Amino acid sequence: MAVLVIAEHDNAALNDATHKVVTAAAKFGGDVDVLVAGEGAGDVAASAAKISGVRKVVHADGASVAKQLAEAMEALVVPMMDGYDAVFIPATTMGKNVAPRIAAKLDVMQLSDITDVIDSETFERPIYAGNAILTVKSSDAKKVVTVRGTAFDAAGEDGSASVETTEAPAGPFKSEFVSEQMVKSDRPELAGAKRVVSGGRALGSKEEFDRLIVPLADKLEAAVGASRAAVDAGYAPNDYQVGQTGKIVAPELYVAVGISGAIQHLAGMKDSKIIVAINKDEEAPIFQVADYGLVADLFSAVPELTDAL
Amino acid sequence: MKVLVPVKRVIDYNVKVRVKPDQTGVDLANVKMSMNPFDEISVEEAVRMKEAGTATEVVIVSIGPKQAQETIRTALAMGGDRGILINTDETVEPLAVAKILAKVIADESPDLVLLGKQAIDDDSNQTGQMLAALLDWPQGTFAYKIEKDGDALTVTREVDGGLQTVKLATPAIVTVDLRLNEPRYASLPNIMKAKKKPIDEKAPGDYGVDISPRLSVVKVTEPPVREAGEKVEDVATLVSKLKSAGAI
Repeated sequence: MAVLVIAEHDNAALNDATHKVVTAAAKFGGDVDVLVAGEGAGDVAASAAKISGVRKVVHADGASVAKQLAEAMEALVVPMMDGYDAVFIPATTMGKNVAPRIAAKLDVMQLSDITDVIDSETFERPIYAGNAILTVKSSDAKKVVTVRGTAFDAAGEDGSASVETTEAPAGPFKSEFVSEQMVKSDRPELAGAKRVVSGGRALGSKEEFDRLIVPLADKLEAAVGASRAAVDAGYAPNDYQVGQTGKIVAPELYVAVGISGAIQHLAGMKDSKIIVAINKDEEAPIFQVADYGLVADLFSAVPELTDAL
Repeated sequence: MKVLVPVKRVIDYNVKVRVKPDQTGVDLANVKMSMNPFDEISVEEAVRMKEAGTATEVVIVSIGPKQAQETIRTALAMGGDRGILINTDETVEPLAVAKILAKVIADESPDLVLLGKQAIDDDSNQTGQMLAALLDWPQGTFAYKIEKDGDALTVTREVDGGLQTVKLATPAIVTVDLRLNEPRYASLPNIMKAKKKPIDEKAPGDYGVDISPRLSVVKVTEPPVREAGEKVEDVATLVSKLKSAGAI
């Protein structure tokens, strides 16, 4: 058996999500190869070769896969699948975009956002915003799987796999990259952060969000998250949203400030190790999952907490 | 431009689901059902395109039980022109949904298919991408903004780290994200008018698509319950608790 893992990266650095997917793939069994598709991503391929347990890295270098758009990735990966029993892809926006396209081409049902590998046919995944856990068995010949990073430990880095190069597919494709606007941040990346401080609607404005949440996150060296309400109100960028339809996080410490704790938000953070909630409404559902709850006005409690750290 | 909008009837997003004691699934008996929230956004976008003169016709399609007709009526009340119900009581997986939709598209020849990015019941996030693959059409997933650009579409996508803009040749598949728009409520007169709009009824067999599932449910269980926490008196207590727990 052999598994292909598609690496998540930005052409400059390998994302830690890849290490977690390698752990899941190892649990599936067989040889694990990593595909690095990108443009000028030689350093990424070299990093992938260091991941423990990787047999080889396949490096596809070319403009057509620079942004890993689904149409080009399909053209690259589908022919490669003759040599693999499964493809494991991180459940990032890249993975969610690409994986179902590959699955449909292989005429198999994809397994989305898995949280455990039971055996080579059986997987666990959350459904209904994490309110039920589905154990599901696939009868398809090949498995196409996206992996929830927070459910697996990152593989180590004592490997020394070989790097093999392959041609990037020739375009043109029916979609083309135009531009991107990335949120610049020196903070830890939300999905992989050890600590997360999230703000909700109760902050009231972007100014208050920046004045209260950001310094607390700085003190804790935490990533900043937000509820959907806070994002919709423009207090924080879309990319900060934690929840069923945003990012799924499971940090060691999650601090929820002014967040009521709707089902859809809890879906994104309830696997955090320690949850702290600061909310003035003592009936807020967030207190049902919080390890430490402080019923207080966040406008005085948050600065006090920041100062105390 | 003709737009096709697939919609799904799902458990209402506010309902706290309960897992059945025999672990075969979640209990859907007597539970409020609604249109999948992402599909409301795709219907809204299609109707806005029609109002702006970009779209000529908005066709709503749903695969599901008889009651999915109500979901189609809701979409028609929002401004859809006509509906197609593909009636089945079976659970239809995203791959099979995509295969049926591919056949509907062969009949209807839309220029754009607008889907929600995911259904809030199975949380798969697959159907749009699978449909694009089956048709060999380009895909613009997680759309934050959609603009018509001559014969092409410019789609700004919500991606990890920010926004990405892609240009798609038409016909194309676009799946919508939360912030594309704010769906309207259907007004009473429009709900009345929607009752007169035609809904074609079909079955998966009419399209010759095998919908037998590829995945079998072994069991459905409750997620692990978090142990009850404690309320702390003040910030100082919180800090000392976090210190002794090794969290800070």
